[in-house]
Amino acid sequence: MPQEFKLILKYADEPGYTPDIECYLRHGGYEDLKKALAMKPVDLPDGKKKSPQEQIRDDVKLSGLRGRGGAGFSCGLKWSFVDRRSGKPIYLICNADESEPGTFKDRQIIHKDPHQLLEGTIISCFANDVHLAYIYIRGEMPEGARLLNKALSEARAKNFLGKNILGSGYDLEIHVHRGAGAYICGEETGLIESLEGKRPYPRIKPPYFPAVLGLYLCPTIVNNVETLCNVKHIVAMGGAEFAKLGTPNNTGTRIVSLSGHVKKPGYYEVEVGKVTIGELINDPTFGGGLREGRKLKAVIPGGSSSKVLKAGEKFKLKRKVDGKDVEQEVDMLDLPYDFDSLLAAGTMSGSSAIIVMDDSVDIVEALANISEFYAHESCGQCTPCREGSLWMSKTLHRLTHGGGRTMDADYLGRIADNIPGGRTICAFGEACSWPVQSFVAKFKDEFVAKGTADEEHRGRVLLGAGPTSEMKLAASPQH
Amino acid sequence: MSAATTTETKPAPPAIEKIKVKVDGRELEVPRLTGDWSGKLVPTTMIQACELAKVDVPHYCYHPKLPVAGNCRMCLVEFGTPALDRERKPMLNPDGTPVIRKSPRPAIACATAISPGMEIYTNTPNVKAMREGVLEFLLINHPLDCPICDQAGECKLQEYSLDYGQGASRFVEAKVHKPKAVDLGPRIVLDDERCILCTRCIRFSRDIAGDDALGIVNRGSYNTLTAYPGKVFDNNYTLNTVDICPVGALTSKDFRFQMRVWFLKETKSICTSCATGCNIVIGSRGEKIYRYEPRQNDAVNSTWMCDAGRLNYKWIGREDRLKDVLARGQKTTWTAALNEIAEKLKQAPRGSVAIIASARQTNEELFLLKKLATKLGAITDSIPRIGEGDKLLVDEDKNPNTNGARLNGISFTEMGINLTRIATGIERGEIKTLIVFGENVVKRGVKGEVLSEKDTLSEVIEEHPITAELLGKLETLIVSDILPNDTTKLAHYLLPGCAHAEKRGTFTNTKGRVQKFMKAVEPPGDARPEWDFLHDLVYNVTGQDGFLTIEGLFNEMAKEVPAFKGLTWAGLGDAGVTVEI
Repeated sequence: MPQEFKLILKYADEPGYTPDIECYLRHGGYEDLKKALAMKPVDLPDGKKKSPQEQIRDDVKLSGLRGRGGAGFSCGLKWSFVDRRSGKPIYLICNADESEPGTFKDRQIIHKDPHQLLEGTIISCFANDVHLAYIYIRGEMPEGARLLNKALSEARAKNFLGKNILGSGYDLEIHVHRGAGAYICGEETGLIESLEGKRPYPRIKPPYFPAVLGLYLCPTIVNNVETLCNVKHIVAMGGAEFAKLGTPNNTGTRIVSLSGHVKKPGYYEVEVGKVTIGELINDPTFGGGLREGRKLKAVIPGGSSSKVLKAGEKFKLKRKVDGKDVEQEVDMLDLPYDFDSLLAAGTMSGSSAIIVMDDSVDIVEALANISEFYAHESCGQCTPCREGSLWMSKTLHRLTHGGGRTMDADYLGRIADNIPGGRTICAFGEACSWPVQSFVAKFKDEFVAKGTADEEHRGRVLLGAGPTSEMKLAASPQH
Repeated sequence: MSAATTTETKPAPPAIEKIKVKVDGRELEVPRLTGDWSGKLVPTTMIQACELAKVDVPHYCYHPKLPVAGNCRMCLVEFGTPALDRERKPMLNPDGTPVIRKSPRPAIACATAISPGMEIYTNTPNVKAMREGVLEFLLINHPLDCPICDQAGECKLQEYSLDYGQGASRFVEAKVHKPKAVDLGPRIVLDDERCILCTRCIRFSRDIAGDDALGIVNRGSYNTLTAYPGKVFDNNYTLNTVDICPVGALTSKDFRFQMRVWFLKETKSICTSCATGCNIVIGSRGEKIYRYEPRQNDAVNSTWMCDAGRLNYKWIGREDRLKDVLARGQKTTWTAALNEIAEKLKQAPRGSVAIIASARQTNEELFLLKKLATKLGAITDSIPRIGEGDKLLVDEDKNPNTNGARLNGISFTEMGINLTRIATGIERGEIKTLIVFGENVVKRGVKGEVLSEKDTLSEVIEEHPITAELLGKLETLIVSDILPNDTTKLAHYLLPGCAHAEKRGTFTNTKGRVQKFMKAVEPPGDARPEWDFLHDLVYNVTGQDGFLTIEGLFNEMAKEVPAFKGLTWAGLGDAGVTVEI
């Protein structure tokens, strides 16, 4: 029986739980920070000493924690890339620019339990010798920013922040910075540019890897809200214990944002890989199934930029059965909801946002909606994404407004093929082209049917058999 | 003054380690470090390695003299690096060659550093497809108005369309429309629809000119280049953005719609507006000059020049140019005039002749005038011309050949110091003959030559005692100039000369770089290059011969003038040679 596993949201949804510091402290808050600050150097066999900071960093590595923002990159590894010998200050930025359509997990933490985020951030800063950190919060979340600022002043008043935190000699200041409403600011180098007061044009990598040349060209760590909260729990339970949660290489819990045509949309915290997509959609604990009389058509498994899964799609996955590697055919509903299984299925768990579409959905309209979003959010810095995102959006707009052609499915696919795979500066190129590639490939018949119907309709109009108003090709979408 | 003929004044940099890379299968050694846009040594990039391998990598946003942006994506290449085993040792093929692990993702050649053993692939089907894809994206919203575009003929979109373009567009959607004919500043017009958003102009203005005036607004495909609201793009270097704009987005108000670029003849020359001596290319058709453009010379002007110097060419084609040889106001022939002058000079007692030459004349001309002065025992000098300078290229000294005048012994450390002696000599009747070359000696104060609506090339001719009244006391006033002025009006003999664009020669710039320039157009009327008729005059007066060609004359000068020792006309090359000053 699949179950929720509440680690981060353990208290947040309890009745009477409030986002103030008193409530947090009543629930054992900031104890893990105290524990971290009180850690002592340990002796190593070679006579050297391992600092508390290194111990925490090693524990995070041991925990197998992977970034919860979208890419699923190992947090411990990310921290290990930080240039600690440059002599420059190291910055930490909490990426709270949660903008991926379908995703609403970080805002739960920020709104309901901001101190947990602060505690995780402070511990992460301590572990990385950071003395100045920023929380970059999405501009559309003014309430979240207000709550975080309130939490910061509460934490300062109790000396969990500021000079000489809890007498440990460690200083840290954290500032909240509100974005101005751009999806691209969730890309870490775009975020850094924005924080520096510039247009959020993502930086080229190489040479601008944040771990070496980040904020103000200093070494910088950018972590997602949920990732930073997990650090607190790794310190609490130890990395090895944390790694027992979830499945190997897919450790811990994830807060899944479930939306679309399910009976119970919402957010659910589960152990990574212990629950399948099908269970998340259909189990009464989670989505509770589709609306009455409807059949599943498609699932977008990791935020709108991830490649769509078609109902009934089958994948060959390598699994361990009785200690042996075997290849099994797995239905898309039986894919365990983790990082690696979804990668193996050619998509990704991204920001863990599942968008469910039943058979009432016009798949072309759905893609047109997604594409319009990405055309609007492309920063415009590099050529393929700037031009390709709007081109695809215009094509889909035409296709959904009576101007389709039979050839448009291939046409769209060929546009999309010229954008991803390292052709662009940042992953936005993939984000805008993957939906198009996957929708067109998996639902090609619907795109072709729509285009053909439009062509036939226009043909009839030319013969005087239909209304002339629909003859016009639709105008381009205005942004 | 000892002779030194180094190409650079700086000491040679320490040797840089070389590493082996392969470009399209061909192995070559490249320096591990190369100077970046600012000259700082940084790891060599793929595009630099490809350049050394003589493999062309198409690009729009990359410019060797600007910070790297990496946004156009045209320079994407595939590459591989030597594979390492678990002990991080190179893995070898059975034949002993290293195993190369090809990167699954392409890289932009402009920003990716090379590493030992790296293999760069620029001609694979994937690379070709990526270039075709980028070019298609750049063109879908482009107006394709080549027939009326000033950039046509020197446009990178056209150039790469030849290699990576498609015969027909498959784009059937409506194009994005953006502002047209935007008045960015006094000299620049912007067509945003043609702009490919490479940000070269933004980076130039911010990082080279130090005027952060340009930026991009709006999102995605609606990205629009603009000057900051309320700000006018107006510094003395704005026209460089027209040069570096790879497309027809930024155009020069001075040049736009004047001439199709493919009709222009390109002539290597030197800007004469100040002592910096920026290397230029003169664009001319027939006998008309249409534009100056900077020519790369890292020892002088990198790839830039100032707007004031660039636009200072229109006087060359002025209608009122001096075209006739005049003797006492009557038109005559060169032979007659030069013979008459020679006779007068030969009869002149030593010390009764003075020469005021211009530091806007060439080394060779000044050398010949010095020969004349030596023979006649004449006192010589030039007129200093001082204005405002800046930190980038503009020199305070507005004479292009001040150092040439000094090195040839026409003027001295303090230019103009002999003018008082000349004036006194005339006043006392000791100096009866004055030879004036290229200077309006009766003029004083600020002179403004209008370059455009707003800009003037201002220069100050400092106070000196020579007046029109004094000139009236002379028995013989021999003047050579290009344009009529108050001094040419008083001349007994008037010899029409040539602008630098109408002759060949060399200047010695403020740092002692001897640079040659070539002839772009024919002089008007009877005007002749000064060195050419000076040769005749020197022959008539002194009997010395042998400088019938500019090459011979220069080489002769190099033999006789210690500062130029060892130089040859051919050895100057296009970039010139620095001598000790």
